Amino acid sequence: MSATTSQQHDGTQGEHEILGRGARESARLTRKWFSGLTEAARHGKGAAYVFVMGNMNEVLRTFDMPIVFPEITALQMAVRGTAEEYLKESEDYGYSPDICGYLKADIAMHLRGGEHPMGLIPKPSIVVTTNACNTYFKWAEIWERLHGAPIVTIDVPNERARNTISLPGKKDYKFELAFVTTQIKELIAECERVTGIKFDIDKFRAHLGYANRMSHAWQELLKLNTNSPAVFSALTDGLAFLGMANTYRATEEGATYFEDLYEEMEYRVRNGISASIRKDGKDVQLEQRFRLGFLGVPCYPIFRGFNEFFSDWGGIFVTSSYLKFASGGTAIGFEYDLNNPIESYAEGVLQTVRDTQTGVLFEMRDIESKLSEFKLDGIVYHGVKSCRTASSGLADRRFHTSASLGLPTLLLESDIVDPRAVSKAQMKNRADAFFEGLISRQQKGMANR
Amino acid sequence: MKISELKFEGWEGLGLQELFAFCREHVEDPTYPLVKKWRAAGGKVVGHFQVYFPEEIAHACGVLPVRIRGGQADGVETSQHFGSYLCSILKTSLDLALCKHIELDLFVTHPICDGARNLAGIWGRNFPYKAQVLHLPQNPNSAAAPLFLRNEYERLAEDIEAVGGTKLTEEALRNSLKLYNHSRYLMRELYRIRNAAPWKLAADESLALVAMAGLIPREEFNRLLEKVLPMIESRPVRGHDKMRVVFEGGFCEVPPFDLLQAVSRSCFVVDDDLFIGLRWLLDDVGTNGDPLANLADAYINNSSYSPVQHDNNKPREKMLLKRIRAANAEAVILAAAKMCEPGLDEQVAYTKELDHEGIPYFISEFEENQNNFDDITIQMETFLENVMFN
Repeated sequence: MSATTSQQHDGTQGEHEILGRGARESARLTRKWFSGLTEAARHGKGAAYVFVMGNMNEVLRTFDMPIVFPEITALQMAVRGTAEEYLKESEDYGYSPDICGYLKADIAMHLRGGEHPMGLIPKPSIVVTTNACNTYFKWAEIWERLHGAPIVTIDVPNERARNTISLPGKKDYKFELAFVTTQIKELIAECERVTGIKFDIDKFRAHLGYANRMSHAWQELLKLNTNSPAVFSALTDGLAFLGMANTYRATEEGATYFEDLYEEMEYRVRNGISASIRKDGKDVQLEQRFRLGFLGVPCYPIFRGFNEFFSDWGGIFVTSSYLKFASGGTAIGFEYDLNNPIESYAEGVLQTVRDTQTGVLFEMRDIESKLSEFKLDGIVYHGVKSCRTASSGLADRRFHTSASLGLPTLLLESDIVDPRAVSKAQMKNRADAFFEGLISRQQKGMANR
Repeated sequence: MKISELKFEGWEGLGLQELFAFCREHVEDPTYPLVKKWRAAGGKVVGHFQVYFPEEIAHACGVLPVRIRGGQADGVETSQHFGSYLCSILKTSLDLALCKHIELDLFVTHPICDGARNLAGIWGRNFPYKAQVLHLPQNPNSAAAPLFLRNEYERLAEDIEAVGGTKLTEEALRNSLKLYNHSRYLMRELYRIRNAAPWKLAADESLALVAMAGLIPREEFNRLLEKVLPMIESRPVRGHDKMRVVFEGGFCEVPPFDLLQAVSRSCFVVDDDLFIGLRWLLDDVGTNGDPLANLADAYINNSSYSPVQHDNNKPREKMLLKRIRAANAEAVILAAAKMCEPGLDEQVAYTKELDHEGIPYFISEFEENQNNFDDITIQMETFLENVMFN
């Protein structure tokens, strides 16, 4: 079942620099982000707290606020194996074991004065939430109680039923857009009040411009994995990409990161260089036998091990719903009109945030449709206790997709942050059975030629 | 057949005790017999999930609104449609529809929680009729929220018309508003009796009546309550002393009747949030001007509270204190349906506030179909005794 190989490529110094550049740079930028937050916390500077589905960074950066992504800080606790102590502390405080683990881990961190494994997290001076997840509201309300931070909500009307998205120019779209536009203006007014800084529309335009560059590169990057071999893992590499897409959104660094990342991945495509995995402390290329789609949120408590359930069999996730919704819908490539910044921004928020919801509530056409260009061999559905948004519909979607696409599918359940809800042995058994089925299917396919 | 011609029968002439039992039986019946009768006569049905739905709009279009509220189901049909970590009501609601106990022409859910939002996709994949989310605003504090909701209601009306409803007219909506205004008045009267003379009406009896509002035509519900309220007022039960308690946590999935009965043996439940959506609007909705705008405005500016609605002007723990004080309650039962995220999240805010105010409370979880209450009954009785003796 060995799944590593060496691929011939020219081995020039330029190649050594470009390959893995995205991973190295994201590690550096992640440390930089945490350092910035620690610095802000030490100086008592308040931050804007936001969520990945609708993070409004374009507006918030105009006010020079440090930006905290609690989903990402909680995720980092899980990946570093430190979440359980935070969860227990939160449960001792009163929170149920059956609610979102991200929220609990984060609240325990606040009860510890912002102490995080990667530094210090500043307190919120403003909280900005969307309706993309109902836990967002509860979370925001808790910060309001703990810290007195005002909450600004951007309520974005979603697609109401399957295949009913409102279209630009139509009546429904107009009233939805009017609602979002007013809320964006209300957000700007509240930021002015909280920071004492006047809104600078030219600075806003600059941040919109960076966001445009990032969105464009991101959209093109995701398409590269329609090639064989896939040049990145939507699961493992995807985590780093998402970190950058959020924490550096609407910044020049973020735009440059994604343009450079696209360059690296496009180089891989041109030279047939497969995605890499970490094996025995080294990056090695994965021998790709099965192209998989991933729906849900990854298992962070055993992140590397979770991926190995699949990579050990030569499976690679070439696409995932997570890359789309957890990047806040930027993958649709909406381009802000810098000549009409506020109204265009509102329209972008409407289209991107509702796109995240279409993917989690209804379907991901890149994965669950015969029109998918990713040439999938199978689909993995991963439901988690901590995210009812992304998980409630997965079993049903799997039921219907298996019938309509005739593709092998696998349903697993664990959690994004709580190791007590993760059964490694059970998941591995099910994954092994899934691949045995894929191999059998592949062999039958070859026999029938 | 018009909605007003669909009759709820069999209860006239019953004594109060038999009437409560009759209503409870009807509420617990998973086969929705009156809905079947309506459909057999060619009527159209919009099924709406929890918590609040503007039934007046469906009613004004001549389409019967029916509350989808879970029920007795063995879960066999839904075993492949749901994973773990979800509340019961999501599953049993789908189960009953998959078993064809209820057939709809339109299904509407609301953004009350992340599980409920997913129902639009789940029902849409499993049934031929449209399944949608009615986007009740989660930023009701925005200046643009009332107009948005008015337009959203208009969009909903178009969908109801499309499944066979009559065109929504302002006159029809005004008439429906008047009917539902009266209905809400009758329910307020019911709760007034429970507050003033709680020995006359127990929590389970009250629920048996109120729950009917989601199952039968509102005309029939009003007729029922108009008859029953005087019977309750003159109920020959002697007033006596038991602890006055608020029950908080039944806003979506409700506890079984037997659990409420057990609670009522130990104390007077003088207020609750059971099926609060049916009593969401606190006052009459105006019938002058634009009735759709009035209905939207009432939702935003003159409504109750619940863990499922985010509203900066309605911090839930403060609203709970108001309820406790208005009910002259001495203690609170903080319940949450198992796996209910909004309910479980809010319990912490409630407990911190009640601790601060020195108000005793009892925390519990329940499931709609549980049938063993021994532990919870003993624990609750112990709690109430402790409160009394302290």
